[in-house]
Amino acid sequence: MAHAATTHHTSLGLDNRKVAFWAFIGSECLLFTALISTYLVYKGRSVVGPYPHEILNIPFTSVSTFDLLMSSLMMVLALAAVQRGDMKWGKIWLFSTALLGLVFLGGQVIEFTEFVHKGLTLSTNLFGCTFFVLTGTHGAHVAVGVLWLLTLWMRALQGKLGPANAMTVEITGLYWHFVDVVWIVIFTVVYLIQ
Amino acid sequence: MSDAPPKGLTSWLTTTDHKRIGLLYFWTAFGFFLIGGLEALVIRAQLAQPNGHVVSAETFNQLFTMHGTTMVFLALMPLSAAFFNYIIPLQIGARDVAFPRLNAFSYWVFLLGGLLLNASWLVGPLFHAGALNVAPDGGWFGYANLTERQFSPGPNIDFWQLGLQILGISSLAAGFNFIVTILNMRAPGMTMMRLPVFVWMTLVTQFLIITAFPVITVALVFLMFDRLFGAHFYLTSAGATPLLWQHLFWLFGHPEVYILILPAMGVVSEVLPTFARKPLFGYTVVVYSGILIGLMGWGVWSHHMFSVGLGPIADSVFASTTMLIAIPTGVKIFNWIGTLWGGSIRGTTALKFAVGFIAMFIIGGLSGVSHASPPADLQQTDTYYVVAHIHYVLFGGTVLGLFAGIYYWWPKMTGRLLSESLGRWHFWLQFIGMNLAFFPMHLIGLLGMPRRVYTYSPELGVGSLNLVSTVGAFLIGVSILVFLLNVWRSGRRGQAAPNDPWGGATLEWSISSPPPVYNFSVIPTVTSRLPRWKTEHHEPMRDPPAIPPAPIHVPGGSWWPLVAACGFPVMALSVLAHTLWLVFVGAAILIFGIYRWAYEPFEV
Amino acid sequence: MGRLKGKSDLGTLDIVTRCRLLLTTAVVALAGCAGPFPQSTLRPRSDFGRAIDHLFTDIFWWAVVVFVLVETLLLVALIRFRHREGRPAPKPTHGHTALEIGWTLAPAVILVLVAVPTVRTIFATAGDAPPDALKIDVIGHQWWWEYKYPALGVVTANEMHVPVGRPVQVSITSADVIHSFWAPALGGKRDAIPGHETRIAFRADSVGEYPGQCAEFCGKSHANMGLRVIVDADSAFETWAKAEQGGSATPAPGSPADRGKAVYSRSACLACHTIQGVSPGVIGPNLTHVGSRTSIAGGMFPNDSAHLARWIADATALKPGSLMPRMQPPLSDGDIALIVAYLQSLK
Repeated sequence: MAHAATTHHTSLGLDNRKVAFWAFIGSECLLFTALISTYLVYKGRSVVGPYPHEILNIPFTSVSTFDLLMSSLMMVLALAAVQRGDMKWGKIWLFSTALLGLVFLGGQVIEFTEFVHKGLTLSTNLFGCTFFVLTGTHGAHVAVGVLWLLTLWMRALQGKLGPANAMTVEITGLYWHFVDVVWIVIFTVVYLIQ
Repeated sequence: MSDAPPKGLTSWLTTTDHKRIGLLYFWTAFGFFLIGGLEALVIRAQLAQPNGHVVSAETFNQLFTMHGTTMVFLALMPLSAAFFNYIIPLQIGARDVAFPRLNAFSYWVFLLGGLLLNASWLVGPLFHAGALNVAPDGGWFGYANLTERQFSPGPNIDFWQLGLQILGISSLAAGFNFIVTILNMRAPGMTMMRLPVFVWMTLVTQFLIITAFPVITVALVFLMFDRLFGAHFYLTSAGATPLLWQHLFWLFGHPEVYILILPAMGVVSEVLPTFARKPLFGYTVVVYSGILIGLMGWGVWSHHMFSVGLGPIADSVFASTTMLIAIPTGVKIFNWIGTLWGGSIRGTTALKFAVGFIAMFIIGGLSGVSHASPPADLQQTDTYYVVAHIHYVLFGGTVLGLFAGIYYWWPKMTGRLLSESLGRWHFWLQFIGMNLAFFPMHLIGLLGMPRRVYTYSPELGVGSLNLVSTVGAFLIGVSILVFLLNVWRSGRRGQAAPNDPWGGATLEWSISSPPPVYNFSVIPTVTSRLPRWKTEHHEPMRDPPAIPPAPIHVPGGSWWPLVAACGFPVMALSVLAHTLWLVFVGAAILIFGIYRWAYEPFEV
Repeated sequence: MGRLKGKSDLGTLDIVTRCRLLLTTAVVALAGCAGPFPQSTLRPRSDFGRAIDHLFTDIFWWAVVVFVLVETLLLVALIRFRHREGRPAPKPTHGHTALEIGWTLAPAVILVLVAVPTVRTIFATAGDAPPDALKIDVIGHQWWWEYKYPALGVVTANEMHVPVGRPVQVSITSADVIHSFWAPALGGKRDAIPGHETRIAFRADSVGEYPGQCAEFCGKSHANMGLRVIVDADSAFETWAKAEQGGSATPAPGSPADRGKAVYSRSACLACHTIQGVSPGVIGPNLTHVGSRTSIAGGMFPNDSAHLARWIADATALKPGSLMPRMQPPLSDGDIALIVAYLQSLK
C-alpha cells in the first residue's frame, strides 16, 4: 500500500495506521461487549427449546477454538518472517493463517447447519437469536480477516510485500489476534459456562 | 506546485482536502438544519392551537421523528464535524488529517445516509402508500416494541434503522481519523496541554463516538433482525423485554448528548479569550472537566428511564451520578465567566453567540438538575418540560455555540467577512425567538401536556402558551433568514478577510484566509498555548512565510471513497425493496471501492 | 465590527428577562387557582403528588437562586469589562486555584442538599402500599386504558374510581406497546411495559375528577389516549363499586334500548367488547356499565348520544389508527341510534 504516513514524523512516534487500529479495536470491544451482554441478559430466558445444553457440541467447538488459536500462531510467524525479509516463509505462514481461518469458518457452517436441523434458528427463541447474531458477527469478522490475509498473500506472490511494508502485516496481525481473543470470550461465555 | 485549489465538480467529488471536506460538511449539514427547522415549524403550526388541523396524526408523528433524527444526526453532529475538519489540522499545525481519503469517505457516507433517510418523505408511492407516508414515525429514540413489525408494519422504521446504521459508519470512520490526527500529527512543541480547548473537546467527543456508536449499532441490528428475520430481541412473547432497547439506546444516547455539546463548549472556549483579550481562565480545569464529563457520561444513562420502575436503588444511583456530572459542567461555566472577568470584551457577533450559549446553557443545565431527581422527574419526563430542557441545551447550547464558531471562523474558511450589523440582528432575533419558543414549554409541561402529541385538548389551558411558543419558533426562522442574507451578501460583496481579523491566539490565524491548500508553508514550532499572543514568557510566533521555501507536495484526489460509500445505500435498498441479492451488489461495490482505494498508486 | 453599545443592548436583555419572569409568575399564580389547568402537576391531590411537589419546589428555588447568581455574574462581567478605548490591556490571568475549589465545592454542596431529599423521597414513594390498600390492575392498550379491581371483581375502562383517603395500589402493564399511566394531580407517571409490572401507591386526599393521559409515545393516537381518575367519597365509591359488580342492566322490553340490544347482539361488536351476559369480546373496552362513564373513546369525547353515534359509525375517522373498524356492511343510522340507546342504558 502506498502511504506518505509511514515515513513522516509523528507526535507519538507510532505509525498513524497503528494508532488508528488500536482505536478501532477499542471500538470493536464495545460492539462485542454489547452483543455478549445481551446474550448473558437473555441467558436462561428462552420460553421454548432447543436449549443450549441440548444442542451445543463442546468437543467439536473446542477443536474449532484450537484451530483459531493455531491460526494466531501462524500469524505471529508470518509477521516475523516478513519483518526479517523471509518472504518464502512469509507467504507460507500467511496462507496457513488464512487456511486455518477458513477451517474455522467451515466449522461454524457445519455447526450452524446442524443447529438448524435440530430446530434452532434466528426466530426460534432467545437462545437462537442471541447465539446466531453474536457468533454470526464474529464469523463475519473472521471472514473479513481471511479475505484480508489472502489479499496480502497475493500481494506477496506479486512481490509487492516485504519488510518495508511489514506494518500492514503487523496491523493484520492485530486484527486477527483481536478476533481470536473475542472468540475465546465467546467460547467461554456461551459454551463453557452454561 | 500551485497553492490555489483545483476547480470543477470532479475536484469536489474526489477531494481529500480537509478544508474542502469541511465546507462540504458545512453546507450539507446546514441544508439538513433547514429541513429539520421546517419540520419544526410545521410541528409548531400544528400545535399553535388546540385541536389543530394543519397535519394529520400520521404526518405529525413522522415530522417529530424526522425533526429529532435530522437535527441530531444530520445537522448538529455534521456541523460540528465541519469545524473538526476545517479547523483541527490548522489548530495543531498539520497539513491535513491522518487519513484524508477516509475523511472523504466519512462525508460521502453521511451525505448518502442523510439522503436515504429524507428520501422516505418522497417515496411513499413506491410502497403503495401516499407521499409523506413512509418517513420514520417511531420517534428519534425508536422505542421497541412499537418499532417491531407487528406495530409498525410499513417501511418507515426500516428507513430509520438503516439510515442510522449508515450514519454510524460515517461517524465512526471520522472518529478514528480525528483521534489519530490529534494524537499523532501535532506540530513540534505542541504538547497535549498546549492544545486549543476546541481540539481537546473534539478529542473527547471522538472517543465518545467510537465507544457509543457500536452500542446503538448493536441495538439497531437487533431491531433489524427482529423486523427482517423474525428474531425476538425485543418481543415479550419470547421472553425478551423491550427494556433491552432502552438500555442499549440510552447507553449510546447519553454519551451522544455530550457528543453534541462538547464541541460547542470547545468553540466557546476559543471565542471568549479572543474577544476578551485574555487567556482562557483555568485551562487545565476546563480540559479535565471535559474529560470527566466524557467519562462520567457513561454512568448516567438510566436517568432517561426513571418512569420505567427500575427500583429505588437503581433510581438513587442514577440520580446521584447525574447530579455529580453537573459539577464539572458548572465548573466550566464559572471558568468561562472568569475568562470574561477582567477582560476587555468586544461584542462581536461571535462573542454574542458564545455568551448566549453560556446564558442559555445555565437554564438548560438547571432544568436538567430537576430531571436528575427521579420523583420530580416522574412529573416532568415525557412532557413539554423535558422538551424545554433539551432545546435549551441543544439549541441554546449547541446551536448558539456552533453559530459562534460560524461567525468566528467564517473569514478563515471563506476569505470574506460576515456583516456584523446583520449578525447583530440575527443574534437578537434568534435569542429572543428561542426564549419565546422554549421557555413557555417548561410551564406547558408542568401544566400536564405530554410530548409527542399531535394535538391537545383546549381544556388543558395551554393554548396561549403554545401560541407564544409557535411565534417564537417562527421568529427563529426569521433569524435564520437574516443569517442566510448575511451569507449571501458576504459571498457577493463581503469584505476580504485578512489572515487574522480578530487577533486570535491560535495557529489558524497565522495563515491566509482561506489558507493555501498546504495550510502552512512551514510547519511552525510551538512554544506556548497561545502561540500568536505575547505572554509573560513568550514573544508571539512569527507567522509562516507566504511563499513556501521548498515545493510542498499535496496529495491529489481520489474517486474511491465516493465509490466505496455508494455500497451502503445499495445494501440498504436490499432491505427496503425486499431484494436480497442487492446486499451482495452493495457489498461488492464497497469491497471494490476499498480495494482500489488501498492499492491506489502514490502519485509523485 | 459591532460592539456592545453601552447599556442599550444589555438593557434589552434585562427587559426580556423581566418580562419572562413576570409572565411566569402570572401564569404560575393562575395555575395555583382551582379551575383552569385540570392536568396541572402543580396542584397535587394525593400524598404521592405532594411528596413530589415538595421536592420539586425545593429544587426549583435552588435553581432560581443559582440562576440569578450566575446570570448576574455573567451580566456584570459583560458590562463591567466591555471594551473601552484607552483601557489598559487586560491582565493575562490563567486561573486561580482557590476559586476553582470554591466553585467546585459550592455546587457540590447544593447538589447534596438536593440529593438527600431526593433519595428520601424515592424510598418513601417506592414502597408498596399497605396490605389493606385497594388494588387496581391497569393495562394499557393502543389507545385506551383497562382497569381491573381483582378484590371487587370489577372490570372497566378509561375512568378509574378510587375512594378518597384510602391507600390505593395501582399495578400497571401493557397489552401491546409501551404506554405511560399519568394522572398529574395524583402524582408522577409510570410506564406500562408489556411483560413487566410497574406500580404506583397513593392516597388521594380530595374528592374530584382528575384527568390524565398516556405519556409514552405509543403510535398514531398516542395523543388521544386520555384517562380520568375519579376520587369519590367513601359512600359514593361503595355505590359505584356495587353498580359495577352487578351484571349488565336489562332494558325494558320493547324500549329502544331493548331493540338496540338486539341489534348489538347480532353485530360484530360482540367480537371485541364484553357486556356481561351479552358478549364476551376482550379486544376493546368492557362496556358492561359504559352508560355511567362521563367520556368515551379514551377520554376524547363526552359520553352523549351524538358522540357515541359518530364514534360507532366511523371510529377511525375520529381517532387515527383506531382498531375499531367500520362495520361491514355499515350499520344504518337507525341501528346506530338503537345501539346508542342500549349503551346509554347500561349504567
